[in-house]
Amino acid sequence: MSLVRTGTMALLAGSLVAIAIATYPGLRRADAAPEASRVAGSLKPVADFGGIKDKNERAVALFEEAGKVLQSPRCMNCHPAGDRPTQTDRMIPHQPLVVRGEAGMGAPGGLACTTCHHEANFDAARVPGNPKWQLAPIEMAWQGRSLGQICSQIKDPKLNGGKTMAQLVHHMAEDELVGWGWTPGAGRTPAPGSQKQFGELIKAWADAGAACPKG
Amino acid sequence: MAAFTLKINGREHQVDVDPGTPLLWAIRDNVGLTGTKYGCGVAQCGACTVYLDGQTVRSCSLPVSAVGKSEVTTIEGLTGKEAVAVQKAWVAHDVPQCGYCQSGQVMSAAALLGLNPKPTDQDIDLAMNGNICRCATYVRIRAAIHSAAKTLEG
Ligand code: FES
Ligand code: FES
Repeated sequence: MSLVRTGTMALLAGSLVAIAIATYPGLRRADAAPEASRVAGSLKPVADFGGIKDKNERAVALFEEAGKVLQSPRCMNCHPAGDRPTQTDRMIPHQPLVVRGEAGMGAPGGLACTTCHHEANFDAARVPGNPKWQLAPIEMAWQGRSLGQICSQIKDPKLNGGKTMAQLVHHMAEDELVGWGWTPGAGRTPAPGSQKQFGELIKAWADAGAACPKG
Repeated sequence: MAAFTLKINGREHQVDVDPGTPLLWAIRDNVGLTGTKYGCGVAQCGACTVYLDGQTVRSCSLPVSAVGKSEVTTIEGLTGKEAVAVQKAWVAHDVPQCGYCQSGQVMSAAALLGLNPKPTDQDIDLAMNGNICRCATYVRIRAAIHSAAKTLEG
């Protein structure tokens, strides 16, 4: 390959990168933040809520604690209220444009989630992955909803995929895609606490009667 | 380093690479098929698009260790009626300008027509918006995909 051709290709590659970065604010801002800033928050253990005597009040407090996870960008990004997921800690629209499609995996014939997202996170390309990678169904849209609304939605079998409370607790505590929220790969802040703690909070909330925050 | 056998365009290739090497670099540097391009390395431009068992993937975002026994198809090995229709339409519409993004564009366009033989403008946009073109050949790409779809109607 001649030097001129090599040089031209390098220039072109550089331009494509420049375009990609210019069209992808996440790369310039949130993702350019130092790794040290990606520190996950913590969760209070269930025992901390034992002093709340009123059952409903205790359930609400437990759910509000678990809500720190539900409302983290790791969960919210794939629970959009529209057709397009968001991304990064700043929850900007997913770049490139992808839509949920019939199965939450992208438009038919269009850009499928699996075009870029594979079985595991690939930090070299900053692309997250999981075998179950997909959008939550529209009935489970959380973006723009209050924690109280998310709570009512989560426990309604008509909106939660027909789950009983026991199945819901199991899902939160064990599901692999939920668990991705705590190991999201380079450049993404993990959900607060751990999946185990989160599962315990949800279970304690269910055991206390599963009351929801107001509003 | 580790040894991997990659099935690319119907032929097996032995490569000795770090397991985390993006498939793109194994295709280009180890196997020597340079039709697949590097644009961004972060799944944002589509220049590196290949097929894995017939489905489009960005080869920059897939480590060699995840390929397993899957069959890789690159632009050099693209065949089938959709590919022929896309190639003819690309020539008829004189789509490429510098050409750098075009192997990715062609891979995505042929895949789209395989799944959706009569795409609307919106279908095309949803399928192709992940393939960035610095020369902005988008209008010709869309027209050529419509032409290719017409040819496929027979
Ligand atoms: S090089 Fe893979 S998407 Fe840009
Ligand atoms: S033809 Fe030049 S980048 Fe697309």
